Parts: sequence; C-alpha cells; structure tokens
Amino acid sequence: MKRYLLQRIGFMLITLFIIVTATFFLMQLLPGTPFTNPEKLTDSQLAILNAKYGLDQPVAIQYIQYIGNLVQGDLGYSFQHEGRTVTSMISDRIGPSAFIGLQALVIGAIIGLVLGIVSALKHNSVLDYGSVTLAVLGMSIPSFVFAALLQYYVGVKLEWLPVALWEGYSSTLLPSIALSVTVTATVARFIRSEMLEVIGQDYIITARAKGLKENQVIVKHVIRNALIPVVTMLGPLAVSIMTGTLVIEKIFAVPGLGEQFTLSILVLDYSVIMGITIFYSALFIFVVFVVDIIYSFLDPRINYKGESA
Amino acid sequence: MSDTILTVDNLHVAFKTQTGKLTAVRGVNFELKKGETLAIVGESGSGKSVTAKSIMQLLPSATTEVTKGDIVYNGESLLQMSKRQVTNLRGSEISMVFQDPMTSLNPTMKVGKQIMEGVQRHEQVTKAQARERALDMLKLVGIPQAEKRLDNYPHQFSGGMRQRVVIALALACNPKVLIADEPTTALDVTIQAQILDLMKDLQKKTDTAIILITHDLGVVANMADRVAVMYGGKIVEQGTLDEIFYNPQHPYTLGLLQSMPKLNEDRSQPLLPIAGSPPNLATLGEGCAFAARCPHTMAVCHTYTPRDIVTETGHSVACWLQDPRTSTETPELVETGKSSF
Repeated sequence: MKRYLLQRIGFMLITLFIIVTATFFLMQLLPGTPFTNPEKLTDSQLAILNAKYGLDQPVAIQYIQYIGNLVQGDLGYSFQHEGRTVTSMISDRIGPSAFIGLQALVIGAIIGLVLGIVSALKHNSVLDYGSVTLAVLGMSIPSFVFAALLQYYVGVKLEWLPVALWEGYSSTLLPSIALSVTVTATVARFIRSEMLEVIGQDYIITARAKGLKENQVIVKHVIRNALIPVVTMLGPLAVSIMTGTLVIEKIFAVPGLGEQFTLSILVLDYSVIMGITIFYSALFIFVVFVVDIIYSFLDPRINYKGESA
Repeated sequence: MSDTILTVDNLHVAFKTQTGKLTAVRGVNFELKKGETLAIVGESGSGKSVTAKSIMQLLPSATTEVTKGDIVYNGESLLQMSKRQVTNLRGSEISMVFQDPMTSLNPTMKVGKQIMEGVQRHEQVTKAQARERALDMLKLVGIPQAEKRLDNYPHQFSGGMRQRVVIALALACNPKVLIADEPTTALDVTIQAQILDLMKDLQKKTDTAIILITHDLGVVANMADRVAVMYGGKIVEQGTLDEIFYNPQHPYTLGLLQSMPKLNEDRSQPLLPIAGSPPNLATLGEGCAFAARCPHTMAVCHTYTPRDIVTETGHSVACWLQDPRTSTETPELVETGKSSF
C-alpha cells in the first residue's frame, strides 16, 4: 500500500508539472499583453512595466523562474490587482464556488440516485421512461438555460428566492439547483445502467434462490454493488461542478472562482490564469486519487498491496 | 407415493418475445423421490435449465410464463402459492447450485456472510449461531482453514473452492431438494470429480433429493439413480440409470450414447454424431421434435406427437417406434424414411 501511494503521488506530481508547463507556454501564445491600452504607453514606460513583472526576460527564463517560485508555493502577484497575491485571490474566491458546487452535488446525487434506482427497479415502465427522458433533457440542456428559467419563474414571478447576488444562504439555492440538474441527470443514468447490469448477474439469482426477500436482494446485493462504480464518477463530477460554474456564477453574480477565472483570461492576467489552472488541476488529480483509495475500501477485489487477487 | 417429494406435471413454460410466445418447455413430467438423484440430460436449448428455474420460480416474470401444468412440492402446488410462500421455500426446502461458480457469488460480500444470510432468513438464530452454521458448512464441504475462509471474499477462492462454497450455501438450511444446474460444467475435470464426490457424499449424510441438470453423460453415470432425457422442451425418455444406459429406447438417447467416446473402443473408429441441428422452438408444431434428425422416422412422426409409453419397469419413452398402435396393422403410418415428409 505504502509503495503504491508513493508511486501514485510521484505520478500526480509529474502530471501536474506537465499541465503547468503546457499552460504556461500556451498562455504565452495568446495575443495581447496584460496591460490595458499598451499603445498609450511610451516605450520606456512599457520597458519599466515589463521589467517589473519580469516580462522582459526570454520566455524560457520566465518559465524557470515561475517553476522555481511554484516549488516554494509562491504563485506570484496578480498583474491586474496591485499587490495582491494569486494565493489570496484564490482563497477569497473559492468559498462561494465550493459551497454552490458541493450543495449542487448533494442535491443532484440524492435526486439522481432515487431516480436511477426507481427507474431500474421499474425497468421499461412509464416511470422508467419518464426518468430516462428527464435525464436526457438534463444532460443535453445547458445549465444556464435552467438558470435563466429559475431566475425568471422562482426569482421574479414567484419571488421565493433572490434572483442573483450573494446575500446570505437563500442566494446559494438557485445557482445550486441550476447546477444540480446535470449532476442529477448523470447520476440517474449511471446508477440506472449499473443497477440493470447487476440485476442480471448470476449472484442475484443466487441471492433469490437463498430465499431472500426481494427488498433484501435489492438493498444488500443490487444497490451495494451498483453504487461502487458511482463513486468513481462522483469524484471527477464534483471537481467539474466546482470548476464548471463559470457561466452560472456569472449569471447569478456569485463572487466565485469561476468568475475570477473568466475575468483573468479576458485581461491576460498571466499569474492568475496560471494560479487558478494549477489549483483546478491539482484539485482534480487529488480527487481522482482519493476516489481510487476509497474504491479499494468499497470493492474487496481491488487492493493496492500487490497481493495477487 | 408418499415418498414422492416433487412432481412436475405437464409443465409448459413460454418466453414472451417480440414475435409472440416461444414455448421452451412443452410438457415436462417427472417425479422426484426423497433422497434420490434424478439427472436431466439434454443438449443446449432443450429446456432443462428453464425447467429447473421454473421449479424455483426464478425466471423473470416479465419475460417468462408458466402457461400450463403444475409443480407440486410435498403435496402443495408451487404455482398456486403466494410469492411469499415460495420465497420461504427457497433455500430452506428447495435449493439451487448454479453452473458458474465464478459469477454466482456476490463479489463484494464475504462468503461467510453469504451463507449466514440464508440461515438467518429461514431460521430463528442469532448471528453467532448463523456464523457457527456457516463455519460447519464450510468444513462439511471440505474447505481447509474454514474459520479463516469465512471472512474471505469470493475472489480469494479458486473455481472449485467457490463451487464448494455455493454448495455449502445451498445446503445450509438442510433442503429436501437440491437442484444442481450443470454444477461441474465450468470446472476442470479433476475438480469435477471432486465436486461430484462431495455432492454424493453430502447426499448420503443429509438425504437430500438431487435434480442434476447436465449435458455430460459421464456425470450422469457417476451420480444418477434415474435419468430423464430432454429434447425440444420435452422429456423423451425416462428410466433408471441402467435402463437408460443399457436399454435405451428412444433414438435420441441411443444417439447420445453412441456419440460418447469410450475408453475401450478402437480409436480409429470415428465418433457417431447425431445428424442435423437442434430444433427451432419457434417453428415446432405437432409431431415428434426429433423427427427431422431421427434415422428411424416414420410418416406418423411428423404429424402426431408421440405419447409416453411406460413399460412395467417404469421406463417411459415418447416415441412412435415403441407405440403399439404403429404396428403392422397400420402400414400407412409405418412407412419409413424421411422422403415421406
């Protein structure tokens, strides 16, 4: 196990390094400079600014300096916001994003599980077709459409919840619900197909042949085995929900990381783009890692001790 | 008659398909006596597994249906029972061992727990007692270090050991009837012999009646007291082991026996196959299902379904050749050869 963990961590670092490198050079290819209206600056003013932010150096040198700082945990200063570190910008903004995302995940996972399980148990019934249709709609309609509908009906017409802005818990609900639609649909479809697969397995017949009651068979044998693969899916889904909130945050004016990310790309705030990318990637890699570890506890067939199965 | 524990009477089972009902079991009759082993032999698609699963009512009701006939266990019709009553019988009175031990155990549950589940379901026992029983069962089926193995998962067992676990699971509640659906088909030959020996051994100890479903005549010769040969959803011949092996009456049984390799035979002699291929159940109508492949077909075989002819020894066969009505008095029926059809 220990050996496996060390190996995994090694690979994680390598992956992260590759992502950092690729992003760094790709970002340099973007046209424009981080400065607004550079044409109004004189050459000497530009030279001073470039020197201040280290942009006068060749890209390779900039890269080496960046990696050097990164290794020490320093993501640098924002180009746009005088004197603010990227780290502080991320930590200020991550709260709302994470909250909305996790709340959406919980809502989506619960509704998705219920829908998926019901539709698998009532396979080929009206309920099944209904929830499959819902799931397809949920997956194919972008979340901002739901966001707009929610804002209009729940926010403006019914006035149940605030339309936008970040003022207390009630403001978190609409963005979370809008985001949860995709999660619900994904989870429902996934758990449905997993359940149907497990129900067809021989060991379910064995369980029935033992004389177990149908609900015992379903709970102890079917759902348990069907849930295991869902865990693998939930991890990356959680990250993408926390990071895929760009549009939703914009629509609901949530002061989240996604909004910051879009903004920094528009104004070419190099260090912030880098910082947020690294943060997202690291989060993703870490979650996948955690999921794999959890998996080994859930499924006895998987072990990382190097014993033969 | 009191020693008859299970009677299957004129059983018809149909699959609901998109093109209509497909009858896979077309009138199966047999009786199972206490403590005996009845082997049901037949090729793939002959309806043996469907028959077995319909006894346990393990066929999915969405796609299958018993259209006719009855299954009587201990004087009570299983088909008339409520779902709950049937569930109560499963595992406690009638148990089943399946073909593939690699897939018939839940991969994420410890084997001990899987055995205990059945015991706890059917008997008023504490968890500790159930565990004790599971341990006894593992020891009984010859699993070494049973105490330790209780807490192992199925993937930690070999195929043969898993089948032992499955047998332990099936016998944990002392069932009166054990249905073994090709229990050794997925195992290699040496393990097969071990599992068969184990089943015979346990049968002596527990006096369980066994329905052994197989396509392997070698297994039949080893295990069975009586044999039923199935073809095209029907039992075409039924009798004691000796009757079937030494005095086969049905051309299909004869064909099966002839196609079996024998140790003491000249090896340059090719095996005698049965010509043709299994019948398409969807197009089977009146007449004998085997008629198209039978070397002794008569005109009557194609048009009328043969009835069971029972000899005084209890040997029954469904074949026009054995029917006294097709004698020299009715030459138009006996006109032989496939050309007549």
